[in-house]
Amino acid sequence: MAEALLSKDAVFEGLAHNVAIQALRAAHPGAVVNAKFDRDELTLVIAPEQIRAACRTLQQAGYNFLEDVTCVDWYPTEPRFQVTYHILSHKLKERVRLHAMVGSIDPSIESITAVWPSANFYEREVWDLFGVRFHGHPSLRRIMLPEEWEGHPLRKDYPVEGYR
Amino acid sequence: MADNPNMPEIPGFVQTATLITPRPEDGSKDHTMVLNMGPQHPSTHGVLRLVLEIDGETVIKVVPDIGYLHTGIEKTCEAKFWQQVVPLTDRIDYLCPMTNNLAYCLAIEKLLQLEIPERAQWMRVLLNELTRLNSHLVWLGTHAMDIGALTVFLYTFREREEILRIFEHVSGQRMMTSYFRIGGLALEPPLDFFDSVQSLINILPEKIDEYENLLTGNPIFFNRLKGVGYLSAEDAIACGVTGPPLRASGVDWDLRRDMPYSSYEKFRFEVPISNDGDVWARYVVRLREMRESVKICQQALDGMPEGSIKADAPHVVLPDREKMKTQMEALIYHFKIVTEGFQVPAGEVYQAVESPRGEMGYYAVSDGTAKPYRVHMRNPSFATLQALQTMCGGRLIADVVAVIGSIDIVLGEIDR
Repeated sequence: MAEALLSKDAVFEGLAHNVAIQALRAAHPGAVVNAKFDRDELTLVIAPEQIRAACRTLQQAGYNFLEDVTCVDWYPTEPRFQVTYHILSHKLKERVRLHAMVGSIDPSIESITAVWPSANFYEREVWDLFGVRFHGHPSLRRIMLPEEWEGHPLRKDYPVEGYR
Repeated sequence: MADNPNMPEIPGFVQTATLITPRPEDGSKDHTMVLNMGPQHPSTHGVLRLVLEIDGETVIKVVPDIGYLHTGIEKTCEAKFWQQVVPLTDRIDYLCPMTNNLAYCLAIEKLLQLEIPERAQWMRVLLNELTRLNSHLVWLGTHAMDIGALTVFLYTFREREEILRIFEHVSGQRMMTSYFRIGGLALEPPLDFFDSVQSLINILPEKIDEYENLLTGNPIFFNRLKGVGYLSAEDAIACGVTGPPLRASGVDWDLRRDMPYSSYEKFRFEVPISNDGDVWARYVVRLREMRESVKICQQALDGMPEGSIKADAPHVVLPDREKMKTQMEALIYHFKIVTEGFQVPAGEVYQAVESPRGEMGYYAVSDGTAKPYRVHMRNPSFATLQALQTMCGGRLIADVVAVIGSIDIVLGEIDR
């Protein structure tokens, strides 16, 4: 297992030939806020307002397959929601993980359904279970829970016992 | 949340029935009709509800409505110790419990940076391929039954029963096996385990021939499948389709070969692909996959290494029963793991494996405590459902049944 690189500068230096990092640095110089290479997995923290552009750039760089969109709730730290994207390249046989941090007041981020239509269900799931909205999503409805459900159960402050 | 004025308008419960508004044709009196297919419908393989807009027999729009089996497994995981999550992973996809066990265990072993003994890795490969055979047998039987070939179901379940007997023999359970542990396997396999697997895979190739005799040359079956539910490679990637449907659309991608895990790089097998992209191609690809799985099982039996089935990590892996009776430390470790779990270093990993339905990925986040901070499952059927509109639009209602059968969905993993 390769050595962990835990800061942005270390990753940029140690993985200078990585296609994803090269493409993102060339197209959007300020988009990569932070980076980490841990347990052989590359994580790039992207500025949330640039997420769609960053995804588009990665898609053109050969990362052709969106595997997953999900979210982690870091309550009570701010920004609270870490929207997580896993993107795979069939050609390079490599995977890159993107993070976009979203604050707790009116949590929302751009939808990437325009880049990968498969993000549709994943983003609906994140909206349903975390309450993060996606701008530009074609039909942002609840997907797992009934429409009249109140609250978003995968949030850390959602009560797990007692009456709601 | 609810009182936020910026919240988008979400249709209420009553409005769900009108997910689609029937539209009149321009200048004519003909209206399209909305038809609910499911959640209780024998060909939806569980509780899938499809809202179809139809014009006569022709399907215009398909809107899947899911969530009837949602049990909040991801939330439950956050309340369990790391090792207690393993039985939950079985329940996600009840046709391939071992694949789910494997993906979860691999993810946590990566977080812990544990080295797994070779014998455990090979056992995992062997059991995973048996699981794939088991799942494909259920798919074949039910898919053929949907099309109207009732006999095949009885034949495939005869062989599936043998596989389930092997699972029961090795793990004590037929379906919810929970046989894999973080750090290895639960138990050493019983003495005659390898003989029973050998006698099963000796007969399987001719049984697969038998199914092919019933189906492949059957003109009714062929005509119901050929050219139906076409999905191009670009559409498959855009819709997030993985596994056999992706390979049937001509994309040469198999995680076992391209991003090997658990010693798969030591096995020789072919990845069947087809460029036709229709329901027939998915049938052909899956049948050839079954033959390849038999080959992998044979290689695993022939080359099964000797040695331990558990990693040398006393703070994670439960000690042997015998050691607990003779060694004080083993007893202490056992007590500590069972009562307070074990800590996993902070970090995050994503581990994907090739399940019978496609890419099954586990995303685990640890904050350094004995319980997962977040476990997320990326499920193949969930993504594949998005391709339904592309495959069914403009086709007949009867083709929807064939298409659902061909993508081999399991609602347990879609809804979680």
